[in-house]
Amino acid sequence: MPDRPLKVLIAKPGLDGHDRGAKVLARGLRDEGFEVVYTGLRQTPEMVVTAALQEDVDVVGLSILSGAHMTLVPKVCRLLREQGIDDVLVVVGGIIPDDDVAALKEAGVAATFGPGTTIGEVAEFLRSNAKPRG
Amino acid sequence: MIPADPDALAQAALGGDRRALARILTAVENRTPAAEAALRILYPKAGRAHLVGITGPPGSGKSTLVSAIIANAREAGRAVGVVAVAPSSPITGGALLGDRVRMQSYAGDSSVFIRSMAARGHAGGLAPTSTAAAAVLDACGFDLVLLETVGTGQSEVEVAAAADTTVVLEAPEMGDEVQAIKAGLLEVADIVVVNKGDRPGAQRTASQLRAMLVGSGRVGRREGSNDRPRPKEPEVLVTTATTGDGVPELMAALARHRQGRPSGADDPTRRARAAAQVWAILGDRVRAELEGGSRVATTEAVIREVAEHRLDPFGAADRLLATLRTGGQ
Repeated sequence: MPDRPLKVLIAKPGLDGHDRGAKVLARGLRDEGFEVVYTGLRQTPEMVVTAALQEDVDVVGLSILSGAHMTLVPKVCRLLREQGIDDVLVVVGGIIPDDDVAALKEAGVAATFGPGTTIGEVAEFLRSNAKPRG
Repeated sequence: MIPADPDALAQAALGGDRRALARILTAVENRTPAAEAALRILYPKAGRAHLVGITGPPGSGKSTLVSAIIANAREAGRAVGVVAVAPSSPITGGALLGDRVRMQSYAGDSSVFIRSMAARGHAGGLAPTSTAAAAVLDACGFDLVLLETVGTGQSEVEVAAAADTTVVLEAPEMGDEVQAIKAGLLEVADIVVVNKGDRPGAQRTASQLRAMLVGSGRVGRREGSNDRPRPKEPEVLVTTATTGDGVPELMAALARHRQGRPSGADDPTRRARAAAQVWAILGDRVRAELEGGSRVATTEAVIREVAEHRLDPFGAADRLLATLRTGGQ
């Protein structure tokens, strides 16, 4: 079925409690026709990867506002690769300084979305770049 | 990498490859030909798990209770699979699958597998492919498979056909005795759980439910007086899923219910489930035949006659069935 919904995991790794952005995006992507798995606050990288594996998502979206992205994001990417999950699109949202973006892309992130990004922009990027499951 | 070939994928899943299992569930959900090929291998391995349906109104604590049941089952060394269904938007087709929020603590435990599913327009409380997904988990060695429905109202009773044991959750103070004797969801319960047992009124709600549900199969009837279907007589329990209070008692009630059932194909619930699956697939196949290839023109012409009120829908169905019988064009 070619036009089945894309499945997106929205996860908040780390300890910051600011989940408004993740929830707004989860709801916004729902309205854009995505199937969104939302996992809630305070996820370890292992929990994120377990959820991505079991749910067989097309996209992993990480929301981080704590400043710990240089630790958490590469770890999630590494664990995904260790599980053989090499066909999932990883994107990051939150407060990501410009200087860090190149390193995150090096680690395996397809895009970062900072403050001011519209839901439409995120949806469009995911539709153009995710590889849907057979 | 996981194999693309469905047979190899099924063998990998049977061998414990959780990623292969996840990919098969995706195929099942999307109803691809790969799913049929994989199920051909997996279905004969299924039939051993205890399939437990968890249903009840939105916010009654289904996901939290599922999490508490997982914890208890893991202590007993059982492998647990979960299919958690959430509603799809009738407007956009999108869905927010949030049940994992309450089921966090099992990362790294390969004996727990949780899968969210969007209902994709299906109205009975489950997704159209939930039964098949449960069979896949069953085949892959999960001996307890929990089917969590969308938040239900009074009449989404589909889960009772999909599960061996149906647990209906109620929250305290959700209604009086008259609510308890309305037809529908409570009638299909094998076990009724009043969750949020730490809230005021939980015990009173449980007492009211007991008063109205227990013995209901016998009221005003002599033994053997007729063979009309009788309502079930569910046990009524109180749990506090957030603390785990009452959950061991629920586990014991689940085991009692399962032991009381006939095994295998002697269980009418299992026969009904088998029949429902076959009829649903048969319906899909008949439709595919009529909408495909050389028959599509005839089918459309007949449907058009119905739209123009020149033919009634029953006559149309008979005519289309006849084209299948003759293999005609």
